[in-house]
Amino acid sequence: MIFSLDLFCNAVVAGILLGGFYCAVAVGITIAFGMLDIVNIAHPAFVMAGGFIAYFCNTKFGVDPVLACAIATVPAYIVGRLVYRFYYHAFEKRGEESLQGLAFFFGLLFIIEVGLLLTFGVDYRFVEAAYIGPTIDVGFISIPWRLLVPLLVGLAVTGGIIAFLSRTFIGKAILAVSQDPLALRLVGGNPVKVKEIAFGLSIATAILSGALLIVIQPIEPSMGRDFIGRVFAIAVLGGMTSLPGTIMASMILGVAESLTTTFFGPSWSPAVAFGLLLVTLAAKPAGIMGR
Amino acid sequence: MRPASALLSGPRAHHKALRALATLAICAAGGAAVVFALGLAGTDYAFLAAYTVLQFVALASAWNILGGYAGYVNFGVAGFFAVGVYTSVVVYKTLQWPLIFTIPLAAVFAGLLGLGMGYLTLRLRGVFFSIATLAFSIVLNTLIVNWAFVGGSRGVYVMHPASIEPFGSYARYLVIIMLILAIGCVLIARAIERSWIGNGLAALKDDEIAAECAGVPSLRIKLFATTLSGALLGAIGAPFPYFITYVDPASAFSLTIAVNTIAMPLIGGTATWLGPVIGALLLGTLQQVATVTISSALNLLIVGILLVVFITVAPNGIVGFVKGLREKRP
Repeated sequence: MIFSLDLFCNAVVAGILLGGFYCAVAVGITIAFGMLDIVNIAHPAFVMAGGFIAYFCNTKFGVDPVLACAIATVPAYIVGRLVYRFYYHAFEKRGEESLQGLAFFFGLLFIIEVGLLLTFGVDYRFVEAAYIGPTIDVGFISIPWRLLVPLLVGLAVTGGIIAFLSRTFIGKAILAVSQDPLALRLVGGNPVKVKEIAFGLSIATAILSGALLIVIQPIEPSMGRDFIGRVFAIAVLGGMTSLPGTIMASMILGVAESLTTTFFGPSWSPAVAFGLLLVTLAAKPAGIMGR
Repeated sequence: MRPASALLSGPRAHHKALRALATLAICAAGGAAVVFALGLAGTDYAFLAAYTVLQFVALASAWNILGGYAGYVNFGVAGFFAVGVYTSVVVYKTLQWPLIFTIPLAAVFAGLLGLGMGYLTLRLRGVFFSIATLAFSIVLNTLIVNWAFVGGSRGVYVMHPASIEPFGSYARYLVIIMLILAIGCVLIARAIERSWIGNGLAALKDDEIAAECAGVPSLRIKLFATTLSGALLGAIGAPFPYFITYVDPASAFSLTIAVNTIAMPLIGGTATWLGPVIGALLLGTLQQVATVTISSALNLLIVGILLVVFITVAPNGIVGFVKGLREKRP
């Protein structure tokens, strides 16, 4: 193990940049999982779908990947609402959401993944954009644009969602449904409708995160699975319902992973997220910002 | 659930023992028939297909003890299976024991892992438990990838003799071992289901707090179920290196195995021992046919679609669906 200050600093910076992408993925998980109690383990599969939408639009029409997915969030929002409506009628209404709901999203995960596999094949796919390649050098620290753009977009999405939840009427209704759906019903709100909107939002963020992923690195359909545990680790570490907690947890995991990769080698990095998750679950299940 | 078996008395116990013996005899006869039929078919592919399907019957039954009866979905199937696989690899590289002694050892290691995992995670709510088990499996995967002695990420070759007496070919020997394991897993799952532990687990699944208030020692029986389920999953992994002869982390922590093990009981029905068996036979056979006739990439798609269709249309699996039809009839 070689330790040097510039290696260390570069690893920390790279970790924070990576944390921005994790944050974008984990926002959707925090909404679906923490606020709505919907065990959407297919979330990373939607992220991969977003990545391939970006790939398709970029190679076919030369559209910027982030822009392509920003447009695609609109249909994604509608798909999300439809998925929730189906989920609600098939499982939640019958009160069978725990085991069957989990199995439903598990099945959905494989349908999306194999669907992508059959459409795009198993090869690694990448996109082209002006910001992929160049880096900014600040002293001995180098910041690649391909990581800086995802960080900025990720933080903007998270900030936007936080503002939406705390400022707008529907946003406050989403927070209300996460606290007490029955009380919302008593004051005249419709929790199903509110949850439908929130789940649509969650899927829209997943599609946008897909664009960030393909900007960061080449992708192939089965990669999503590697992220399942990682983003759930972030959501749990962040306290499940707290978005500021999610941002902090993303950065912590990004830095921890990047340090491990730099000093111990990339083959150890998957264990970091899961080790962190196991420790959190065992020691402080409420997360770092938990109530 | 059968109230009659819960209220055992002298003559009933005698009757029950007789029935258990009869079940065992039927299983043995059925098994012998399978091996005999395979012998007639004669090709190596028949043994390969039979081994795979039987392995799924065993895995699905073992998983169902925790996942089905108690409702704690274990996503870490691959981790337990791989503990068995790599116990076998280590024994092959050091002690060179015969396979039948390795299987109990693999069960012990995987059982201990289950116990440890249970202590860490069983206090968590259902879904968190599922994610923690997934995390467990990936941490194990990383450890194995970085462990050079068992081949690391490059993998390792495991050789077996071409034939073994008195079974004839080694493939036939492996099928017989897997047959015994499958029957064992099904019988154990059946015994658990009909014991007080099974009733306790079912009570936990319905309402954990209410069950605890009623005096069910919830943590203890959950730990028992996790340990037993884990031990069986590990035991099933032990013959695997001899079956594929080349083991690497990707095949030991195989996604296909993990997905199928979870999907099969859910499709067959999780409440009884029969569900996983039906699910595994149906899905396992279907996949063998699909692999030969169409493509192997399609396997996961079949599993995914069947899973979604079945839990939507028949949330209690095939067994629950048939039961519902019967009860509707006058």
